[in-house]
Amino acid sequence: MTGAGMAPRDFLTDRLMLGLVVLVALVLGMPSLKPLFATLFPRLDRPLYEAESFVSLTLDHMALVGASSLAAILLGGGAGIAVTRPWGREFRGLLETVATMGQTFPPVAVLALAVPVMGFGPEPALIALTLYALLPVVENTVAGLDGVPPPVLDSARGLGMGPTEMLFRVELPLAAPVILAGIRTAVIVNVGTAAIASTVGAKTLGLPIIVGLNGSNQAYVIQGALIVAALAVVIDAGFDRLAGWLTRWSQR
Amino acid sequence: MIEFERVIKHFGSWTAVDAVSFTVAEGEFRVLIGPSGSGKSTVLRMINRLIPADEGAIRIDGEDIASLKPEELRRRMGYVIQSVGLFPHWTVERNIATVPGLLGWPKARIRDRVTELLELLNLDPRRYRGAYPHQLSGGQQQRVGVARALAAEPRILLMDEPFSALDPITRASLQTELSAIHRRTGTTVVFVTHDMDEALRLGDSIAVMDHGRLIQCATPLDILTRPASPLVRDLVGREEWGLKRLAVETVGDRARRQESVTGEPLAAETPLHRALSEMVARGTERLPVVDGDGRPAGVLHLSDLVRPTSGGTVPGGTV
Repeated sequence: MTGAGMAPRDFLTDRLMLGLVVLVALVLGMPSLKPLFATLFPRLDRPLYEAESFVSLTLDHMALVGASSLAAILLGGGAGIAVTRPWGREFRGLLETVATMGQTFPPVAVLALAVPVMGFGPEPALIALTLYALLPVVENTVAGLDGVPPPVLDSARGLGMGPTEMLFRVELPLAAPVILAGIRTAVIVNVGTAAIASTVGAKTLGLPIIVGLNGSNQAYVIQGALIVAALAVVIDAGFDRLAGWLTRWSQR
Repeated sequence: MIEFERVIKHFGSWTAVDAVSFTVAEGEFRVLIGPSGSGKSTVLRMINRLIPADEGAIRIDGEDIASLKPEELRRRMGYVIQSVGLFPHWTVERNIATVPGLLGWPKARIRDRVTELLELLNLDPRRYRGAYPHQLSGGQQQRVGVARALAAEPRILLMDEPFSALDPITRASLQTELSAIHRRTGTTVVFVTHDMDEALRLGDSIAVMDHGRLIQCATPLDILTRPASPLVRDLVGREEWGLKRLAVETVGDRARRQESVTGEPLAAETPLHRALSEMVARGTERLPVVDGDGRPAGVLHLSDLVRPTSGGTVPGGTV
């Protein structure tokens, strides 16, 4: 795990910086790799995906992942908090069932079901990705809040903290590392799953992959997949850094 | 002043507290003792409404606590538990500042108060102010726990087996410090323990509980010499009864005022069992005594320690 310190570190061992450089280089420099793909796949007429720029595909991909993850964090986190309060405890079983169903449903099936209702475009993709990201967020919010040591809660109450003060000053800060781990899983999975959303007309990095698969153009598939992988690495490393910052008190 | 009037608490079909009535006077150090499941912790946690009473009335300074907002009530009392429960993500300073922060004290006043409390609990402020709980030993953590409870100058301090998890040496020094703090601040203390030696050492009065009932509430001397039931006698135990008996009286209580003798004097407030230990250590049967100002206050003879007084022998006779 990377530390949260500002000390200069070896550039090559910093996963976040290295990943960012690779990602930016791939997104901006893909067109200049055209000769390379032409050499690797000599039988292809078009060795480079040029229907859309990789810059706009990447931005749209990130926007879709960001919006669906944010929705999942707000919904899942809020629901996770609600069912660990005294007044929401009885809904805990129901919530966990719904969240599990959300994840057991294959995203492709959700997409297929959403299209007739919502039409083609990013909307059905947003729904499917949000549902898919809900389970890890809900599970980890509940587990994180459950994991706050009872003596800490007892003394917080005994010293006169109200429910809101306890939640924001004690429970959420102590549960944060576990909740963050759930969000991390959700976002990373969504980076990959968002590629599939191109099947229903959402513009993502899945577009070159789908087009490539349909037209037997392996170069397109590789180009889309490389950027998706680099994006996942960068986001994962970013979460690593954030986790270190959240638990900085325990590393002293 | 804390008053319990026929207070009852059920957990399901189990009666945890069964019509308990007692009064703790302003400034008194009251120990609650009893076997596990006797209801002593429940009684303590009812004082700050962590557990609501089913029946009866609990009053603080004549005011029924059911009519107060629980958070406001709790901020007026200190609360210390066995497992300490410090906030692990906060520094020592921020932990201690919890209640003053909730009460909206100005920053400068909180900072001064934290310094004062760290010094009171024998923790160097420069070293420990910015430390996190996991960097402290168990004894230091509980010192911070006590400091946090005292932060907003509460008139009542509630302590639930605060020293039970500590090693004997740390426990003894925290007991001494707590006694000193109690004498100095005049805070009313309600202290739960299952350790009779601790109860005898700390309490102005001891309330013995069993099966949710209050069996006896009396001074340490009366608990030792006039136990109200076999349970109380068992809690005290026969082992070293004589030393416990000596420990609840001071040298000043038994010294012969008119006499004088040379030698290193004992303070009048020294417990009698220490005086006995001194005599054995020095090989003497007479020790000079001085009062709080260092003036001669008489002589204690070895025979004074076994002088027949009320309740001088083990109740119930010898085995």
